[in-house]
Amino acid sequence: MRPLIVIRRTPNIDFMAWHKLGFAFSLLLTLSSIVLFLTVGLNYGIDFVGGTLIEVRSTTGPANLAEMRQKLDALQIGEPSLQGFGPPTDVLIRLPRQAGGDAAQEQGVQLARQALGPGFDYRRVEVVGPSVGSELIRAGVIATILALLAIAAYIWFRFEWQFGVGGMISTLHDVITTVGLFALLQLEFNLTTLAAILTVAGYSVNDTVVIYDRVRESMRKYRTMPFRDLINLALNETLSRTILTVSTVALAVLSLLFLGGEVLRGFSIAMLWGIVIGTYSSLFIAAPILYYVQPNRAGVARSGEAAKAEAPGTP
Amino acid sequence: MLYFANWKIALICAICALGVLLSLPNLFSPSLLAQMPRFLPHKQVALGLDLRGGSYLLLQVDVAAAQRERLNSLTDSVRNALRDANIGYTGLDVAGDAIAFTIREPDRVEDARQALRKIDPDLTLEIAADGSGTMRFNTVATEARRRQAVDQSIEIIRRRIDETGTKEPTIQREGSDRILVQLPGVDNPEHVKALLGRTAKLTFQLVDTGVSVEDARRGRLPPADVLLPAEEGRAGHVGPPAYVVRKRVMVGGDTLVDAQPTFQNNEPVVSFRFDAAGAKRFGEATRENVGKPFAIVLDNKVISAPVIREPILGGSGIISGSFSVQSASDLALLLRAGALPAPITILEERTVGPDLGADSIHAGTIASIVGVVLVVIFMILFYGLFGVFADIALFFNLCLMLGSLSLLGATLTLPGIAGIALTMGMAVDANVLIYERIREEVRNGRTLLSALDAGFKRAFGTILDSHVTTLVAGFLMFWLGSGPVKGFAVTLSIGVLTSLFSAILVTRLLIVTWLRQWKPKAIPI
Repeated sequence: MRPLIVIRRTPNIDFMAWHKLGFAFSLLLTLSSIVLFLTVGLNYGIDFVGGTLIEVRSTTGPANLAEMRQKLDALQIGEPSLQGFGPPTDVLIRLPRQAGGDAAQEQGVQLARQALGPGFDYRRVEVVGPSVGSELIRAGVIATILALLAIAAYIWFRFEWQFGVGGMISTLHDVITTVGLFALLQLEFNLTTLAAILTVAGYSVNDTVVIYDRVRESMRKYRTMPFRDLINLALNETLSRTILTVSTVALAVLSLLFLGGEVLRGFSIAMLWGIVIGTYSSLFIAAPILYYVQPNRAGVARSGEAAKAEAPGTP
Repeated sequence: MLYFANWKIALICAICALGVLLSLPNLFSPSLLAQMPRFLPHKQVALGLDLRGGSYLLLQVDVAAAQRERLNSLTDSVRNALRDANIGYTGLDVAGDAIAFTIREPDRVEDARQALRKIDPDLTLEIAADGSGTMRFNTVATEARRRQAVDQSIEIIRRRIDETGTKEPTIQREGSDRILVQLPGVDNPEHVKALLGRTAKLTFQLVDTGVSVEDARRGRLPPADVLLPAEEGRAGHVGPPAYVVRKRVMVGGDTLVDAQPTFQNNEPVVSFRFDAAGAKRFGEATRENVGKPFAIVLDNKVISAPVIREPILGGSGIISGSFSVQSASDLALLLRAGALPAPITILEERTVGPDLGADSIHAGTIASIVGVVLVVIFMILFYGLFGVFADIALFFNLCLMLGSLSLLGATLTLPGIAGIALTMGMAVDANVLIYERIREEVRNGRTLLSALDAGFKRAFGTILDSHVTTLVAGFLMFWLGSGPVKGFAVTLSIGVLTSLFSAILVTRLLIVTWLRQWKPKAIPI
């Protein structure tokens, strides 16, 4: 049983010729993400800012959003936001944080229930007080920073420090642009989105590690090859696996995006963007950065010899 | 790399078989599972509340409020101690976390120290030479009290929830002063929340008939009295809006041994019974105050204020107020369960109805199955027979994941399902790395065996490095995340670990077996 699709030849693409364009593009992408984050800001879900989220299903046919909005507006409990959520019977209601601290939040749900009256099935009610929200933001930021540092430290530990720098910059780029995408599209940024971003940080560095591994191997093998050619060679030799590994994960994420339901949508979008931009950044950021912070070839070669000495019999 | 000792083969097969066996219970319904023989594993993956429906409540015990209340009651002791010792003072009050006061005559500071030291060993007393002093709880006592208050609250919350008949509630401490309550199957927790939100501190106090409510409102309230509002009853109930009540408590609700809802003159009421000490104190208090009204106070609101017609010596009585059947049975429940040592605030509530939970399981399962099928087809398209090997390993990986989750008793959440789908896509990454390396070695002119050998050997380091980073992210999420994110972190981390086993060892074993059995001349990739 033979494979139907085979990538036979190693491609010969001059990636390094494109790297300055890649840097410029990524710089633009990163800067606009930061600007969007600072000006427009993220559409934080109640996980982070506190507030109330109610998902109702009308039991009497399609929901009448205008009528529901009118009833909720009359309550004077802040500006409610209503949006269709999947089928026409389902509505997602968001109430802003109520004044008066943690204890006041529960009040909003009761008032809304009374105002909407019968004819609704309450599928989901989430109430988050302001104190929990601010703790979750802090934990999220700490987790992201620690993840970036830990990834950089691991790469540094396994490679030379120059590789660690490259890995961290490209991972940071992936995280910032994912946040930027959420600011641009005003998609809800909640706890599952944060989980997706951390996963992106962990996963997007996979391709980078595969490529770095090959760069290191080539550095030992071709001691006199110019560094620019060496990076190109490594990128071309690993290109097929870079594309294939990303494709399998993309297949899983795409089925989550289209079939996984409304609740997972934000998560899937973040993941999809993350793995695509992660692949791009491995090719056009992480690898070319090595050209500028050139790892010590003698050092890499020495550690290679040490490795060989430890494992005799390696060809 | 291409040689397996027999014990290794046995071990790998045993682990795979164990994975299948442990994951199997998840395919059956619980009722069917109960009929299976006992020696088979029965543990299923526990579903999170977002999948099975239910209510998640994060509560905060307001320890500071409890401490403030205790300081308030201690000011009375301070007042009495100073009065008994004939020491003049001004400005006695609670300020922040301390009782503050000023001794009028600075030369009596030492006497004041003597008098106040006896009040409570947990209080740290400081009096400056100018007479200004403070008393505050020392940190050890505060810490001990905090822990005690949270422990007690957990116990009382458990009793209250058990009384409502909720099945399999989870009640656990979270951090230093929080309590996590999970109520599976409860999709309208309003009643439970109403029960949890009440302190239910019951006291019997005499009404001061010598002072009118109007006088008290104008500020003419004797220091031993307090003005308490009346509990809002049913519509149509008429009674005074407030009462002037003696601060001194005749009997507290902590001496109650039982409380039941019942009827008196067709009105819902609550009957109660005191323990021996409570009965004695209640008997004495009522004997000394026949003809006077006393207030039944719940959480600083007066439920009713009946007049004592005769000494109540039997140790039991009836609380009548303007109850409905529901509120009478709630009050009886609260009194049986006991008062909370400190007020409780609901910080976070997440309730998912059973319909949405079922929909989520449905969508998550479909997405995962489609994802896996796509990956399986993809691997066969690109790697042929070796793709089939990878797919077989993927199957065992799925079994091992579900088996580990069942065994560990981990909770599967909706993001957790996403984690499973995602790791299915990531698991074959290791196979891709190995196979691509083998192809490359073949292209470089190696023989079949040495290419296979080199492929596995050289890809291993790369696979390890690329998986560790994902594990790091998973561990951080587990450590810092909450609820659903934790569920995702668990499945992601377990999936990455099991995929290392399946993609490297299982695939290699399959390829080695294939080599031995069929003795192929070339690699079909």
